Amino acid sequence: MRRRAVLGAIGSVALALASGGAFAQDTVKVGLILPMTGPFASTGRQIEAAVKLYMAQHGTTVAGKKIELIVKDDTGVADVTKRLAQELVVNDKVAFLAGFGLTPLALATAPIATEAKVPQIIMAAGTSIITERSPFIVRTSFTLPQNTLPIADWAAKNGLKKVVTLVTDFGPGLDAEKTFEELFTKAGGTVPEKLRVPLRNPDFAPFLQRAADAKPDALFVFVPSGAGSAVMKQFAERGLDKAGIKLIGTGDVTDDDILNDMGDVALGAITSHHYSTAHNSPENKAFVEAFRKAAGGMRPNFMAVGGWDGMHLIYQALTKTAGKTDGEALVAAMKGMAWTSPRGPISIDPATREIVQNVYVRKVERVDGQLFNVEFATFEAVKDPAKAAK
Amino acid sequence: MTSRHWEWVFWIAAIAIPLLFPSKLLLINEIAILALFALSLDLLLGYAGIVSLGHAAFFGVGAYAAGLLAKHGLTEPVSGLLLASAAAAVIGFLSSFLVLRGSDLTRLMVTMGVALMLLEVANRFDTITGGADGLQGVTMGPLLGLFRFDLYGRTACAYSLTTLLVLFLVARRIVRSPFGLSLRAIKGNRLRATAVGVPADARLVTVYTIAAAYAGAAGALLAQTTQFVSLDVLDFHRSADVLLVLVLGGSGYLYGGLIGAAIFKLMQDGLAAWTPQYWQFWIGLVLVLIVMIGRERLSAGARRIWARLARQHAGEQPS
Repeated sequence: MRRRAVLGAIGSVALALASGGAFAQDTVKVGLILPMTGPFASTGRQIEAAVKLYMAQHGTTVAGKKIELIVKDDTGVADVTKRLAQELVVNDKVAFLAGFGLTPLALATAPIATEAKVPQIIMAAGTSIITERSPFIVRTSFTLPQNTLPIADWAAKNGLKKVVTLVTDFGPGLDAEKTFEELFTKAGGTVPEKLRVPLRNPDFAPFLQRAADAKPDALFVFVPSGAGSAVMKQFAERGLDKAGIKLIGTGDVTDDDILNDMGDVALGAITSHHYSTAHNSPENKAFVEAFRKAAGGMRPNFMAVGGWDGMHLIYQALTKTAGKTDGEALVAAMKGMAWTSPRGPISIDPATREIVQNVYVRKVERVDGQLFNVEFATFEAVKDPAKAAK
Repeated sequence: MTSRHWEWVFWIAAIAIPLLFPSKLLLINEIAILALFALSLDLLLGYAGIVSLGHAAFFGVGAYAAGLLAKHGLTEPVSGLLLASAAAAVIGFLSSFLVLRGSDLTRLMVTMGVALMLLEVANRFDTITGGADGLQGVTMGPLLGLFRFDLYGRTACAYSLTTLLVLFLVARRIVRSPFGLSLRAIKGNRLRATAVGVPADARLVTVYTIAAAYAGAAGALLAQTTQFVSLDVLDFHRSADVLLVLVLGGSGYLYGGLIGAAIFKLMQDGLAAWTPQYWQFWIGLVLVLIVMIGRERLSAGARRIWARLARQHAGEQPS
């Protein structure tokens, strides 16, 4: 008797849950999976704020459909990302999967996108191969080879002969290392040491010491968003700045989100990147102002702009398909799409579903008492060089 | 109801819940895997009294072994599971001799050290393991040649729950055997156990190897059902999480790990959906409360309430 009562209770709870799961046909759900906690939480915070801002400014109705955003925290752990993506597809019937803070998280989800035929919008991860892993992946962030090309060119043309590379030991880091070495040695420079720091709990000090011992003209650095301040701090502690070693890299190391707290050691660092908070355009001024107001004074960084443009891509694709959520039609609609982002003119390469964008060479300077990446040269409409080479 | 009745209720519920909540199969799969992992640690901690902060080592070995086997041709899940579990057992056997030495504190450090070393090895040999990007290209064949691993997690869930049930029954047999009783004697007082003729060292090596095989099976299940392996399977937080699970559920009676795993995952899933940014705060708060109030008092309270309900029920409907 008692057992039947228990089973009855379980049954009624199940029914209640099942009926709550019903949803109206005219909503389009977007599943946003981000690292909201853990070491890469800053990436999640930036993207979530940008996506919510976009929705606040552009309304939540597109082509007659109501857009519903579902945010999930994957803590930066790949099997969780995959499970969340699977649940979003199966239970919530999302029309888009978006976010993906790190390369392994994006790669783990790729088979889900392919099997479920759901577009997967990469708003952050930057390894070149990601878009090749599923025909449903479209990227609005950047690729490391794309961002490395201009700084390698700048270094070779500005009298740097010997450069040590220091990268985080995973997909994007290896991409950056490879691209930099190839281009820089082709232009006549040498790379005497290639240092790789683990992704989790990195301690940069011993690596920086080895870099200092090699006495290079400059140190090329790639670290994921959020890890830049530790590099800067230890760069100064180990006296590399006083030894006359220049700091160059992709813009991830002088991440706008944390740049201002790095202090004077960051001054003069030369990086190349697709976005700077200080980018001079009316679109960007409006974006930065609105973002700061919405996110409690936080500066938008390149993660925020990736999220913003990802959401724009989703809205535009839905408009183009007149609200139809067939995955293949949506991806077809995204191919070749072009618009002016806060970062400048961008487009989606129809052949590779990869972003094509301007990459800027910038120098850290003090403007109105705050540190900014000030752009001084532009490489226009850069395609991912790793794919162009194939 | 006797404890035998309880066990029936528990397992009927474990089989009924996936049927009642078809939208939560993936989560249930994760719970079953974590439960198996916790069961493995319970064999060590609850029965042999060996504390470990590096149990993820064997979980990770199992996961990588299963992943690599599948990637290089052996896509049949059950044989993959057995081989991966055996691989973890070998590593467990070899490292057990380190664990025999020293007190609890040394054991904590040694187990943690072994896990960290394996993590670094997996990171270093990225041509084999895929390093921090994870092992790509793992595709599993259909289970028993019939059921393919679907997007809804039906096969995955059934596979993991069945494995959990089978291995649980084996564990139940082990701890009730003379071998299991001798482990308790060693846990109670190693010196006295040796004095009455229990070969303490050999017994500890055996149970450590068995526990490693169990953890390896859990890791293999994760690799096979998600068809993906990343360095994270060896990460310190896995070892810490599984210890938390045992703290939540209680150790030394086998069901603790299972109940703890369900509470931990449900709490994590519920809180993370409710507040993706701050859920870790609430988990922390719950843990502190459990430690302060004491699980015994909580479960005693639950038993009292249950008993009262049962009395009322019995009073209304004498059956």
